[in-house]
Amino acid sequence: MSTTIPRPHLDRPILKERGQREVFCGLTGIIWLHRKIQDAFFLIVGSRTCAHLMQSAAGVMIFAEPRFGTAIINERDLAGLSDANEELDRVVDQLLARRPDIKLLFLVGSCPSEVIKLDLSRAAHRLSGRFSPDVRILNYSGSGIETTFTQGEDACLASMVPVLPDATKGAAPSLLIAGTLADVVEDQISRLANDAGFGDVHFFPPRRAHALPPIGPDTHILLAQPFLTDTAKALTERGAQLIPAPFPLGAEGTSLWLQAAGEAMGVAPKTLEALIAPKRARAERALDHYRPMLEGKSLFFFPDSQLEIPLARCLSRELGMRLIEVGSPFINQRLMAPDLDLLPEDVMLSEGQDVDKQLDRCLAAQPDIVVCGLGLANPLEAHGMTTKWSIELVFTPIQGFEQAGDLAELFARPLDRRTRLVA
Amino acid sequence: MIWLNYLPGPLIAAQDWWPDMDLTIWTYEAPPHVGAMRIATAMRGVHYVLHAPQGDTYADLLFTMIERNKTRPPVTYTTFQARDLGSDTANLFTTALKQAYERFQPQAILVGSSCTAELIQDDPAGLGRALNLPVPIIPLELPSYQRKENWGAAETFYQLVRTLAAPAKTDAADAPAKADRAPRCNILGPTALGFRHRDDLAEIRGLLTSMGIEISVTAPLDATPADLARLGEADFNVVLYPEIADNTAQWLKRSFGQPFTKCIPIGVGATCDFIREVAALSGVDASALLADDRSRLPWYSASIDSNYLTGKRVFIFGDATHAVAAARIASKELGFTVAGLGTYSREFARDVRTMAEELGIEPLISDDYLAVEAAIIEARPELILGTQMERHIAKRLGLPCAVISAPVHVQDFPARYSPQMGFEGANVLFDSWVHPLMMGLEEHLLGMFRDDFEFSDDAAPSHLAGEGARRNETDDSKEHTPQDLGWNDEAARELRKIPFFVRGKARRNTEIFARDRGLTMINLDVLYDAKAHFGR
Repeated sequence: MSTTIPRPHLDRPILKERGQREVFCGLTGIIWLHRKIQDAFFLIVGSRTCAHLMQSAAGVMIFAEPRFGTAIINERDLAGLSDANEELDRVVDQLLARRPDIKLLFLVGSCPSEVIKLDLSRAAHRLSGRFSPDVRILNYSGSGIETTFTQGEDACLASMVPVLPDATKGAAPSLLIAGTLADVVEDQISRLANDAGFGDVHFFPPRRAHALPPIGPDTHILLAQPFLTDTAKALTERGAQLIPAPFPLGAEGTSLWLQAAGEAMGVAPKTLEALIAPKRARAERALDHYRPMLEGKSLFFFPDSQLEIPLARCLSRELGMRLIEVGSPFINQRLMAPDLDLLPEDVMLSEGQDVDKQLDRCLAAQPDIVVCGLGLANPLEAHGMTTKWSIELVFTPIQGFEQAGDLAELFARPLDRRTRLVA
Repeated sequence: MIWLNYLPGPLIAAQDWWPDMDLTIWTYEAPPHVGAMRIATAMRGVHYVLHAPQGDTYADLLFTMIERNKTRPPVTYTTFQARDLGSDTANLFTTALKQAYERFQPQAILVGSSCTAELIQDDPAGLGRALNLPVPIIPLELPSYQRKENWGAAETFYQLVRTLAAPAKTDAADAPAKADRAPRCNILGPTALGFRHRDDLAEIRGLLTSMGIEISVTAPLDATPADLARLGEADFNVVLYPEIADNTAQWLKRSFGQPFTKCIPIGVGATCDFIREVAALSGVDASALLADDRSRLPWYSASIDSNYLTGKRVFIFGDATHAVAAARIASKELGFTVAGLGTYSREFARDVRTMAEELGIEPLISDDYLAVEAAIIEARPELILGTQMERHIAKRLGLPCAVISAPVHVQDFPARYSPQMGFEGANVLFDSWVHPLMMGLEEHLLGMFRDDFEFSDDAAPSHLAGEGARRNETDDSKEHTPQDLGWNDEAARELRKIPFFVRGKARRNTEIFARDRGLTMINLDVLYDAKAHFGR
């Protein structure tokens, strides 16, 4: 496998579409964020639609009492018969009285709260005055009019950046790995970073609300997820330096990601290479297992999580899949450049969506596998297509060397299933 | 703030009806536009153009994943974004409507707003009319901040019928006189995403056909707008789900003089009542059908094996129709004791109140699942008949549960034929309500040999391998003995010998008994005195 990086081809043509978008709003990010930050609560200020979305979107009812809820605005709030702010205070009182374990409360804006211009930052400020230092109260918007699916995490993390403590002046450089990763993946990366001598490594978001990572001019930011446009901007505005790198998907992607970090943290390339070579070899062996099933198979991405470009890179370069269309809800060309540079020249990129037209293109192209949202999967299967839920790629640990095989397996399984079913 | 003057509905009535801003985690009903989607998706030839922000498209997965529909719901969303606000959201709606008409060629189009679009007041009705499309445009006013899913479904069905239904053509030369043809009915109510609607419909169709009744139109499920136009041709209407079809049936009665059925054929008794009601409306003799021993439920329930079901405490919660039906079956056909009865459907609360009064219990009318959970803990049932919400509550409390009503989950669309209505429906109910329980003799053996290391108290029913295998002392940990009352060691050990499914009740009864007598310590005698006092 070649790891040489070809010359960046700038100004790649991108089909930009406006039309019906079949995507989740940013509120859905709460589904994984509320498990990640174990003492945080996400209070959506919205409508019955928001509450219904949350319980329908991911089958999250497996959690007895999840750390999220919806304050449902009703017509009395809208008609001014009751003061929405007073109502919100009452709901927060009620909530925090019941959940004394909560140390961080996010007031999460929704489409209706944004449209009626309910000022949640003022509310958060007001409530912080009452509940600090026991509970910190922040706000962000996960509304569908502003955010698409994973952009909810971006907005959440960006809202935390102003309260990150300043790094001690003159302290050794530190590495901040941003974007939610599964705990098991974090632990693997921590061990590797420790062995390689990366120095001080923090993850963002933290598992506990008080464990906020420090930030300053000597902080290097390594993005673990591709959808963190606003978070990266907020972190760099506080002086931190962003490490450009492809995202840690696959053996090659993870190697390049770690090498970029190693370089920023002043680790000798030889030292790092000695450490990662056996792990990369193991990841390649895991990929080899699935390559016969995936090689030459064509792939079509509907826009969903912004993971599409790094995934397309990994699947085309490391598993030999053919890319027909790579759709993404939003393409940040700067953050995505290292991955874009590794994509085949002829791939069709699309940004935004007009779902009916895209379905027409997909049905005409007859790809071997389609990556799409939950609403589209069964209708496509009924057309004889093989699909993979894109949300599964957000909920499953797929980053890092040890998960490279799992990532490939997620794509091999639906193809394997097709070959098993006779009828 | 322009929307202040706009809000639909009578605000004064709303004040004592709806609480202020509610904190909720789970909701029994979706917003009303999802109810409208259930109607549009059930029908053929109807398209719904919904003014809604991106993200509201999540509702598609209810149909394509939970119900496993093979096609996307016939819904076009405008999916406006923040940058569209204040500039051209109205334009976006017009474009979406025009394109949806061209692409899908529907016979009728529903237009409306979701909760967010309701606030921006783009007037889909006016924009729809302005396009002058050659098909009926039916505007929906569904107040999202006031109403919910079932109301939205009922209102949508009503608007469709009001717009499209016509009276019977009396002058048609080829139409046989009423006396010369079979009696004719419509079936109203089954929708997409309904709890067992498809199978109920098959069952009731079979029943009506066996009575010699001709079924003219079934709606909304599988009906086209053209079918709705023929509604007036029937002699009467059969209403399967009042939550969906009651107001439509009322209107058809007022407008075309069609009477409609009030009995909901869930359970053997109710099915027989339904047959009698249909017989009376159609003039058919149903005595042979009623004499025929069609359901196994009565015999299974009477058989000696079912003795252990006697007086089992059940807690029932669901939509009003299914909750009331379940209460009747539980008390009259299975010999259970109804320990609690409630509904989340405020619109139909009266029926539940009436049934609760008949059973001598307090009804619970609430859509707050925490209140439902508290009521369940308080009622100490041995079986819960509820919705997906109660299934989760039951799991937490370690209680057996069967689902009897929406809200639904993917497993409520079983591959097998599984109606709730009619005689076969009664068979299904017997199986699905009795199955989660520990069988009679097994219960006794557990009580006798509590200390057997394999056959222990923590075991789940033997025919439910795996489920509830981690059953622990939930009932004990949930109950806190008050500080002024204690158990001596001997009595506490004896209490542990009582099987877990009645232990909580025994503990509580004993404590009530002790407190009533001013005792501060419970010993063996108090325990058994209490047992003698309360009975099982």
